[in-house]
Amino acid sequence: MQGMRNFLKTFLLWELLQGLWVTLRSMFRPKITINYPEEKTPQSVRFRGLHALRRYPNGEERCIACKLCEAVCPALAITIDSDVSADGTRRTTRYDIDLFKCIFCGFCEEACPVDAIVETRLLEYHMENRGENIMSKDKLLGIGERYEAMIAADRAADARYR
Amino acid sequence: MWDWSPIRDWLSGQITPYWSTPLLLVVQTAVVMVCLILVMAFYTLAERKVIGWIQSRRGPNRVNLFWVPGLGQPFADVIKLLFKEILIPADASGFLFRLAPFLALVPALAIWAVIPFAPEHAFANIDAGLLYILALTSMGVYGIILAGWAANSKYAFLGAMRSAAQIVAYEIAMGFAMVGVLMAAGSLNIGRIIQAQHGGFLSWNWFWLFPLLLVYFISGVAETNRAPFDVAEGESEIVAGFHVDYSGMAFALFFIAEYVNMILISALTVIFFFGGWLSPLDGYLDDSAWLATPSFFWFGLKTLFPMFTFLWLRATFPRYRYDQIMRLGWKALIPVTLVWLLAEGLMVYFHVGPWKGQL
Repeated sequence: MQGMRNFLKTFLLWELLQGLWVTLRSMFRPKITINYPEEKTPQSVRFRGLHALRRYPNGEERCIACKLCEAVCPALAITIDSDVSADGTRRTTRYDIDLFKCIFCGFCEEACPVDAIVETRLLEYHMENRGENIMSKDKLLGIGERYEAMIAADRAADARYR
Repeated sequence: MWDWSPIRDWLSGQITPYWSTPLLLVVQTAVVMVCLILVMAFYTLAERKVIGWIQSRRGPNRVNLFWVPGLGQPFADVIKLLFKEILIPADASGFLFRLAPFLALVPALAIWAVIPFAPEHAFANIDAGLLYILALTSMGVYGIILAGWAANSKYAFLGAMRSAAQIVAYEIAMGFAMVGVLMAAGSLNIGRIIQAQHGGFLSWNWFWLFPLLLVYFISGVAETNRAPFDVAEGESEIVAGFHVDYSGMAFALFFIAEYVNMILISALTVIFFFGGWLSPLDGYLDDSAWLATPSFFWFGLKTLFPMFTFLWLRATFPRYRYDQIMRLGWKALIPVTLVWLLAEGLMVYFHVGPWKGQL
């Protein structure tokens, strides 16, 4: 009897018609596509995008060359050289992040004792030439200066949960 | 469809009547071909749109034409394909490799010669129209087989072999379904087949030949190598099957052939089972009403439904496994047609259904 029923079901294309009904209904559902350059999905303040190096409000570099980020980086994307600077403090002479190696895990940000290296919300960047994937110290500090307002606001918004 | 006599008269005034008839035919052919290619171009857009909607996406909406988002997408695609290089693999058989796209495209376009777009508007009103259609739909597979073979690639060859075996299996079921239509109409002439279905939408063939309609459409989908029977292309298994080595316009020719074939199968489904250019309201409305008269409007409108079903099937079903395709073709569709042919014969013999007047 069961076999007969199964045969009839197959023969009358019952399950295929059910499938067609599902797709026909879903055709009239609202579309979930975002028209990307014009519309954007909401971003979390914790979004991990392009890196930046921050400064204190008085202009002093935060980074003290402790190399914790270099040590924690699972992709070995960070290279740091350090020296004693003119005012006698320990500073980096080189701070490179290879964006091709970086996996944007955010461990560097977590490891940093002075909130110097951060990941910003920037995700729309590109490279046109070889070597541009290396974010040098100048570039990172530049990004930090340019987006300090956003970086600080994001850190403040997330401070409660840290 | 259109009244050509002013153009014919004008042509006769310009050149000798000896040349004006063939020249007019060339013009008509060109007009129909251009319209067909345009329909095909927008059909590709419709496919991407419909499948997008079914998957909760928007589909192409970046290339604007007449301020309609996405409407220019087919033209963007054509321009892109035109500018691409046509690569011919070093080990390919050059002549056959170049010939194959045309062998796929030409039969697909040539069949339209016997399709009546409106009453008395077919290029060739030949008596063996059905045989012509059967013959030319089988020709299309030569292009596919040659393409797969000439490319000298195992993937392409596999696709070609699959396509060949599949078309052999489904051609039989399709032929039997056509025999059912032939029995109902009593003629091989396409115009006669349509006229035999006159009367409202309940007197069309789909009502009495419903199993044959299903068999015909399913074999039509298989014949055009469309999902869920697209093992010849088999995107995920054999990359792109028979046209894996084609690029640029050579690939586009296969693409055009496939889509023109889809439109053709839709048109044939309408002609065989949904009364071609007949009006569904015939007999329900006053005879003089425009909606009740047979016209190209009804033919075009009805053709859109099978065309949509092609896209709908593609968006719904996963690809059949090869042995399942063969089982469906040989062990399900062919027996169904045979049984229904017997039933139809009995109906004709005992004067049941629309065959009261015959015999």
